[in-house]
Amino acid sequence: MITDHLEFEQPIFEIEAKIDELRRVEQDSDVELSSEIAKLSARRKVLSDSIYGKLTPWQVAQIARHPRRPYTLDYVEHLFTDFEELHGDRAYADDFAIITGLARFEGRSVVIIGHQKGRNTKENLERNFGMPRPEGYRKALRVMKMAEKFQLPVITFIDTPGAYPGVGAEERGQAQAIAQNLYEMARLRTPIICHVIGEGGSGGALAIGVGDHLAMLNYSTYSVISPEGCASILWKNADKAEEAATTLGITAERLMELGLIDEIIAEPQTGAHRNLEQTCEAMRISISANLERMAKLEVNQMLAKRYERLTSYGAFKK
Amino acid sequence: MPSSIRTDSTSSRKVPEGLWAKCGRCSAVLYGQELERNLQVCPKCNHHMRISARSRLDSFLDKEGRSEIGAEFEPRDFLKFKDSKKYKDRLIAANKATGETDALVVMQGTLRSLPVVVAAFEFNFMAGSMGSVVGERFLAAVNRCIAERMPFVCFSTSGGARMQEALMSLMQMAKTSAALTRLAEERLPFVSVLTDPTMGGVSASFAMLGDVHIAEPNALIGFAGPRVIEQTVRETLPEGFQRSEFLQEHGAIDLIIDRKDLAPRIHNLLQLLTERNQ
Repeated sequence: MITDHLEFEQPIFEIEAKIDELRRVEQDSDVELSSEIAKLSARRKVLSDSIYGKLTPWQVAQIARHPRRPYTLDYVEHLFTDFEELHGDRAYADDFAIITGLARFEGRSVVIIGHQKGRNTKENLERNFGMPRPEGYRKALRVMKMAEKFQLPVITFIDTPGAYPGVGAEERGQAQAIAQNLYEMARLRTPIICHVIGEGGSGGALAIGVGDHLAMLNYSTYSVISPEGCASILWKNADKAEEAATTLGITAERLMELGLIDEIIAEPQTGAHRNLEQTCEAMRISISANLERMAKLEVNQMLAKRYERLTSYGAFKK
Repeated sequence: MPSSIRTDSTSSRKVPEGLWAKCGRCSAVLYGQELERNLQVCPKCNHHMRISARSRLDSFLDKEGRSEIGAEFEPRDFLKFKDSKKYKDRLIAANKATGETDALVVMQGTLRSLPVVVAAFEFNFMAGSMGSVVGERFLAAVNRCIAERMPFVCFSTSGGARMQEALMSLMQMAKTSAALTRLAEERLPFVSVLTDPTMGGVSASFAMLGDVHIAEPNALIGFAGPRVIEQTVRETLPEGFQRSEFLQEHGAIDLIIDRKDLAPRIHNLLQLLTERNQ
């Protein structure tokens, strides 16, 4: 049963509630209701197919931000073994909005970098709602350099509303920290595989999103600005977020059409948070295939392909 | 996050016929031609007003032997982006207002006889925002530097990434930063000059990747816009926040140099950097 439904899931929720009710009645009173239940279940499926089959970008954004959506640490737990989290940027602080560490994936050592949101208010205050400060990006860069030194592939998980817009973040060089990561990731001599697992929020996402392969879960989003931010700047009206989401083209499907991402990883129809195991299995298959493919490339060849890909971004007249 | 940048409060206010202008800071009434001769810097209070890309390049490079790079790349509304206005119409309006086809102008030439490639942003072209054409011209500039072994100087003034090109504009951050890795491999200098304002996707990519970072006095430089920060932290921002002097104090930039001194000082820096390369 859906208990944490979004507004557009309401009709499905209502049918599920009815099905549950019939089941209870059936149990309590020996009345034969299985044909009724089957009928409702069939209707549930039709409804579900039609709702999830044509989600608007704004609806996808709501799934991407769902409070129960799997976060980086969920994937770490289900897909990796021997995880050792590494803390701190060696200069200022440890930013809990980004986690970094060493682990094994299918027996092979890798480096993991990912944004981390919190599940509740307390956690979110600690994690700063997944919005990193410069020390988070610098921690990420430090472990990337370590990955390069020990020739370990880097696997990143992107899920942030954006880099934190705060006074201290600016004082400590937010712009420079992001820029430095873009630069170093363009030339890091080890494979980098990036996954958008929730919200890909602008420069704060890109700062751990430059590499050899960019995949998105099919209900994740990636955008230069949040639909709300875009609406308030360009429409001067935050209520236009829904329209902005469509115009910006923030979904995996649209970004694939535009050639900006390389792969879409399928989630369960009703979203990753409704079936973590199934989502992790799809993620595992994807990572496994990409690591194997990258392992076959000689490092200079890999860097040449990465450069070619990064510098090919653009749509213009010539 | 691209920030909305105030466009008029500190720049010169044009008085009808362009004969007189008023300084946005000290309110001195200035003779237009005198202001132009002074490179749009107020002779009374040294306020550095915004200057067009062409005037910038014109005052910086030697008169002879200039050629433009990347002018063949022009913007395309590939998303059919429409907010309160169509992107297509915004492009046409920006072109009419500035005479430019996009927000970056790149020129090859000489700086006091030293061969260089110089790029300058045009703020009046959609707030100097970075889209595909800016990225491609930047790449072309770097490629020319590598082909002819020249240093690269870029004058930034930009509100950040161009929202009308959505994620494609974000990827220009990755593209321009990647290009600079090649310039570095060739041991060719990149001098980044940050002028008012340099924000968002431009400051968070190539503008902060210079061998030397120079700012003009009192330029607004940062990642998030001041209003966004104010709304987030719900407190008034410290005095001088995100201004050149503040950034220098916090270690983000090397030098603050007056506009009139930029050419000789950058010439000196480039000579010092490339002495062993010659």
